Amino acid sequence: MPSTTSSTTPLKRGLRASRRQSLADPAFRWFLTLTGLSVLLVLAWMIVSTTSQAWPVFEKEGFNLFFSSEWNPGNARDGTIQGTYGGFQFLYGTIVSAALAMAFALPLAIGIALYLTQLAPKRIARPLTYAVDLLAAVPSIIYGLWGSLFVVPMLLPFMNWMSQKLGPWLPMFEGPVRVRNLFVTSLVLGIMVLPITSAVIREVFAQVPRDERLAGFGLGATRWEVMRHVVVARSKAGIIGGSMLGLGRALGETIAVLLIIGGNPRSEFRLFNTSQTVASQIAAAFKEASPEYIRALVALGVALFLVTIIVNVIARLVVSRLGHVTGDAAL
Amino acid sequence: MSLHSSLEMHIATRQQEPVSPDTRDFVFQIDGVSVFYGGFRAVRDITMDIVPQRITALIGPSGCGKTTVLRCLNRMNDLIETARVEGRISYHGEDLYDKQVDPVEVRRRIGMVFQKPNPFPKSIYDNVAFGPKIIGMKDDLDELVERSLQNAALWDEVKDRLKDSAMSLSGGQQQRLCIARCLAVSPDVILMDEPCSALDPIATGRIEDLMQTLKDQYTIVIVTHNMQQAARVSDMTAFLTAEIHEEQDRRTGILVEYDRTEQIFTNPTDERTENYVTGRFG
Amino acid sequence: MSDDALGQVQLDHRSLLLRSEKATKRARIDRFWRTILLLAVGVALVPLASILGVTIYRGAGAINLNFLTENPPFSSGVEGGGYAPAIFGSIYMTGLAILMSLPLGIFAAVFLVEYKRSRLAGPIRFFTDVMTGVPSVFVGLFIFSSLVVDADLFFGTVPGAAALAVLMLPIIVRSSEEVLRLVPQDLRNGAFGLGLRRWQMITRVVLPAAAPGLATASMLAVARGMGETAPLLFTALGARQIVTSATGTPQGALPLQILDEGRQALPAAVERAWAGSLTLMVLVLLFTVGARLLAARSNVSSLS
Repeated sequence: MPSTTSSTTPLKRGLRASRRQSLADPAFRWFLTLTGLSVLLVLAWMIVSTTSQAWPVFEKEGFNLFFSSEWNPGNARDGTIQGTYGGFQFLYGTIVSAALAMAFALPLAIGIALYLTQLAPKRIARPLTYAVDLLAAVPSIIYGLWGSLFVVPMLLPFMNWMSQKLGPWLPMFEGPVRVRNLFVTSLVLGIMVLPITSAVIREVFAQVPRDERLAGFGLGATRWEVMRHVVVARSKAGIIGGSMLGLGRALGETIAVLLIIGGNPRSEFRLFNTSQTVASQIAAAFKEASPEYIRALVALGVALFLVTIIVNVIARLVVSRLGHVTGDAAL
Repeated sequence: MSLHSSLEMHIATRQQEPVSPDTRDFVFQIDGVSVFYGGFRAVRDITMDIVPQRITALIGPSGCGKTTVLRCLNRMNDLIETARVEGRISYHGEDLYDKQVDPVEVRRRIGMVFQKPNPFPKSIYDNVAFGPKIIGMKDDLDELVERSLQNAALWDEVKDRLKDSAMSLSGGQQQRLCIARCLAVSPDVILMDEPCSALDPIATGRIEDLMQTLKDQYTIVIVTHNMQQAARVSDMTAFLTAEIHEEQDRRTGILVEYDRTEQIFTNPTDERTENYVTGRFG
Repeated sequence: MSDDALGQVQLDHRSLLLRSEKATKRARIDRFWRTILLLAVGVALVPLASILGVTIYRGAGAINLNFLTENPPFSSGVEGGGYAPAIFGSIYMTGLAILMSLPLGIFAAVFLVEYKRSRLAGPIRFFTDVMTGVPSVFVGLFIFSSLVVDADLFFGTVPGAAALAVLMLPIIVRSSEEVLRLVPQDLRNGAFGLGLRRWQMITRVVLPAAAPGLATASMLAVARGMGETAPLLFTALGARQIVTSATGTPQGALPLQILDEGRQALPAAVERAWAGSLTLMVLVLLFTVGARLLAARSNVSSLS
C-alpha cells in the first residue's frame, strides 16, 4: 500500500496525470457503453434466434402464414415441415380482441386522466393515481382467473339479455352465448391496459402549461370547456401514443386471454362466441406440440412480435416528440 | 448615505497594506482569453493576472461572463462538451490548457465553492473526509476533518454531531461545510462562484469573515453580483460587462477594468465602471 | 382603448347574479361532464376492488401453513396439499433473474444519464422503451429457442430466470434512468470541483445518492417478474416438487401452478389455484407497495 507516499500534498506533484489515471475514465466509459449496447444486443438476438428457429415454416408457408386459415399441424421430428400452418384466424382474433379492448379502455383512460390532472384535489389525486397504477401490478394470471371464474358467471345473464335484444338486429350480438367469449376477454384486456394508457395520457395532460388553462378560464370558459378545448385539443398526439402503447400490450397479452377466450378460433365478428389469439394459441398448444409444430408456434410468435414492435415503435415515436413522457408509472 | 460613501467607508476601515499587481509572482496569468459555447463567444479577450494570497473579485452585470471566466480557471468548462477556450491561461507559469495537463489534477489544486451549497447526501464527517479518501490521503483523517472544519469556522457548531446528515445543516452551515470539504484536499486556490447568493445576510457575514482568514493561506477568486460584498472582502476587483449583439440577442463578456478594489470603487478610470459601481447602470 | 371608445361604453350595470340562459346551460353541461369524469375513475376502481376482494375471499379460505409447505397432491382432484414447490421456484427464479438483470440495467442507465451526449444514448433509450412493449410470450419463445434448444440447456431454473431477466431489463433501465436523473447536477459539480474523475464521481457520489431510488426500481422489477406466466411456460415448464438444481430439471412457479389448476373443473384444484393467487398477489403487492413507500420516503426529498 503506497499510502504514505500518496498522502503528500498534491501541490508537490505535477499537473500531469499518470498513464493509468488518464486511462481510467475512457475505460469506464467503454464499459458503460457496452452495458448500454447489451440491451440492443438482446433485442437483436431475440429476433435472430426465433427467426432462425421458425425459418423452415416461413420458407414453406410464406404469406400463407398470415393470410390462410388452414391450420393442420404435422408431426415431423426431422426438421421438415409436413403440416399446413395458416394463422389468419389467430391474427384476426388478436386484432379484434385488442381493438375492442381499446374501445373499452380509451374513453375510460381519457376520463381518468382528465379527472386526476384537472379536477381532483391533490390529496385525493395521489391515492387515486396509485390505485389506477396498481391495476398494472396485478399479475395477468390473476386477471385470467378472475375473468374466467368471476366475471363470466356474473355477466352471463347480461350477455344473454343483450344477445336476445340486439341479436336479431346486429349480427355481432347473435347467439348462442358461449361461456368463454370475445366480449369478456376484451373487457378484461381493456382493464389490463387501462393503467399504461391513462398513465401516458395523464403525463401529456399534465404538460399543458398552466398559463394556457388560465387563459381559458380568463375568457370565461367553464372547467369542462377548458378541458375539452385546451387540454384535450392540445394533447391529441399523446392520446394516440398512449392508446397505441395500450394496444401493443393488448395484442401481446397471453395468459388472461388463454383462460377467458375459449380457444376455438373463428374468423367472424361475433362478440359472444369463442375465439383465439396468436399469443393464447402459442401458450395453449406448446406443451403437447411436436418439434415441427413448435417451429410453427415460434413462427406465429415472430409474426406477433413484428405486429407489436411496429405498434410500439410508432407509439414511441409519437410519444417521444412530446418531451418527457414515459408511462413509467404503469411499467 | 449614498452607496458611494458607504463603500468608501468599508474600504477605509480595512487595515491592509496596498497590493500592487506588478511586484508579485502571479498565480494565474490570463492572456487574451475567449470562451466559446458552440459557435457563440461568451467572453472575449480577457487579460488579467491574479495575485497570490489575495482575494480577487469578478463583478459585473448578469450575463457578462464572470462565472465563465471563473470556470476557466479550474477547467470546469471542460465538462461542457461544446465549450472551447482560446488564448492562454498559465498557472504558476505552467500552461493550464496544455494537452498533457490533466483537468482532474487541476481541479484538485484549484478548489471550487458553488453558488448553491451542494453537500453530498452523507454525514458531515464523510463530506469532509470524502476528497482525502478518494485521493488516497489515509493518515489521520479525523485530525484532517477537524482541522478543515476549524478552518472553515464550522467546527464548534458541528463537533458534537459529525455523524449527522449534512442535509440537517442550515444553508449557511452547508456552504461552510462545502468550503471545509474543499480545504480538506489542500488546494492552492479557492474559486467561489457567488457563494453567498443563496444565503441570508448573517450567514453571508460569516462566510465573508471566513474568507478574510483563509486568504493567509489561499488565493481566492470570487464571483459576486453584490458590489458591496466585493468592496468589503476583495483586494483586487475586475469589472466585466456585456457587449450586446442586437441581431443575435446574445451577449459577449469583456473585461472593462481591473485594479485594486479601492481604486475601482473610488476612482475608476472607465466611465462604464463608474456607472456600474455608483449604481447608475446594471 | 381610446377615449372615444370609452365614451361609448354603456354604464348601466347588470347584476352578476343575472345569468343568461346560455350561461346556465353551459354550467349544466360542465357539471354533467365533471360527474362523468368522476364516474370514469369509479369505474376503474371497481375492477381493482373486485379483483382484490375476490382473490382474498376465495384464497383466504384455502390458505394455511400446509399450503405454504407441502407439495401438491398427485391427483388434482384430491383436496389438501400445497404450493411449496411453486413458491420456492418463483422466489428462486426471480432472485436469479434480478441478479442477472440488475447490474446490467443499472450500468446501462448510468450510461444513458452520464453520457447523454453520446450518439448511442438516443437509440439505446428508444429501443429500451420499445423493449418494454415486447410481448412476454415472445420473450419465452426467444429463451426457448436460444437457451433451451440451441444451447441445449433443457427446461429448468436458469432458462426460466433468463426469460424473467430479459423482461425485467428494460424496466430496470428505464426506472433507474429516472432515478439517476433526479440526482442534482450540483452534486456532480461538487464532485468534479474536488478533483474527482468521472468514474469516481459516478461510483462514489451519484450511485450512493441514488441508492434508495435504485432499490425501488429493482423492487418494481421483481414485482413484475414474479407475476409473469407466459415466458415461463416454455422455459421453466413447471414442477410438482421442490427443484434445487439450476439446469436440467423443469422448475415450478406460482403462476404456472395456478394456470395448471385454475383451468380444471375440479373444485379442489380451483380452490388451491385461488390460494396460490392470493399468495402471488401478496408477494407482488408487497414489492409494489413497498417500492412506492420507499420511493416516497427517500428519493427526492433527501437529495435536494
